[in-house]
Amino acid sequence: MADAPKKGTLRAAYRRAADIKPRDARTWQVSLNAFAFLFSEMVQYNQTRVDNIAELEHRLEHAGYGVGLRMLELLCHREKGNRREVRLLGILSFVHSTLWKSLFGKVADSLEKGTENEDEYMISEKELLVNRFISVPKDMGAFNCGAYVAGIVKGVLDGSGFPARVTAHFVPVEGQPRPRTTILIKFSEEVLQREARLS
Amino acid sequence: MSTGFGLMAPLLRPSDASAPNVEKVNAELFTLTYGAIVRQLLTDFEDVDEVNKQLDTMGYHIGIRLIDDFLSKSNVTRCTEFKETAEVIAKVGFKMFLGVTATVANWDADGTECSLILDDNPLVDYVELPETCQGLYYCNVLCGVIRGALEMVSMRTEVKWVRDVLHGDDTFEMRLKLLKQVPEEYPYKDDE
Repeated sequence: MADAPKKGTLRAAYRRAADIKPRDARTWQVSLNAFAFLFSEMVQYNQTRVDNIAELEHRLEHAGYGVGLRMLELLCHREKGNRREVRLLGILSFVHSTLWKSLFGKVADSLEKGTENEDEYMISEKELLVNRFISVPKDMGAFNCGAYVAGIVKGVLDGSGFPARVTAHFVPVEGQPRPRTTILIKFSEEVLQREARLS
Repeated sequence: MSTGFGLMAPLLRPSDASAPNVEKVNAELFTLTYGAIVRQLLTDFEDVDEVNKQLDTMGYHIGIRLIDDFLSKSNVTRCTEFKETAEVIAKVGFKMFLGVTATVANWDADGTECSLILDDNPLVDYVELPETCQGLYYCNVLCGVIRGALEMVSMRTEVKWVRDVLHGDDTFEMRLKLLKQVPEEYPYKDDE
């Protein structure tokens, strides 16, 4: 902390990741509770601005999208030496391992390919960090705050040139009191076509 | 629960206080989530002053819940005076939640007003303010958190930013002022 550079006058909308002198950026941490409080306020604030669940999920997703774009830039610069992923499996692996590790401290529990559709992939997590302190009342149906994480993934994918529809779902698991969360990624047609061309 | 000046004196010396059982999360997730919140507010309310108010309100809601968490995890007991309270916030509170410590300085003659100085602030990593948002107090949520938390231990305070790195100053400085100590009311009379 004593080594943090003095910050001077600043101008543009956000500093480029390359300009940041990391103060041991990889291991800098805050308490989980601080994050949980902040996230809870974010959800509660958004609840006051919408009329229905779908809009709420959309707003959370939109918030996550911006985070995803920025995480992509940051991680590309820091972890990957500015190398760009061009293959589908490459970007999925990046999301499943590097992104997850950086955001949540661990790789995602599983990465699966959809059996029914060629363009679907699923990243599952037994207990998504953002959902840990959230309980959804019954009258909100299938609402999942994981929409925020879905937005982050969408931002990363869009930013890398792999446009997709990304959503978060609860999947009940036998023998477990809480359902696990699955992030469903549905790539758009152009991604699959490009992938086919490159194979 | 808390009573009056009550429950916050350091049983633990401030330097010992990073509670070992506090789970951690990557600061970048926290920083970027906060950035997303500010961006949403700026889109929803065009006016920067309104955004400042919203951030303070959000902070207040967080603060009134955070105090419970803080008291349960930190083992601090009664504070006998406001000076101790400020030290506990700066050294124990900030450390526990944000992983940084603040310094307490510039006390006034009564001992009811002081500055909390933050050299390091995880909320503002990667942040710059554009021309259109120069009046924004980006970290205003912190003011609300402190105000909310102290109100739950019966202290009414006013917390304002005095110096802000995003506005070109060299550090973050909050002015913390004790307005009133509100003794807690007991719902039952003792002799009935």
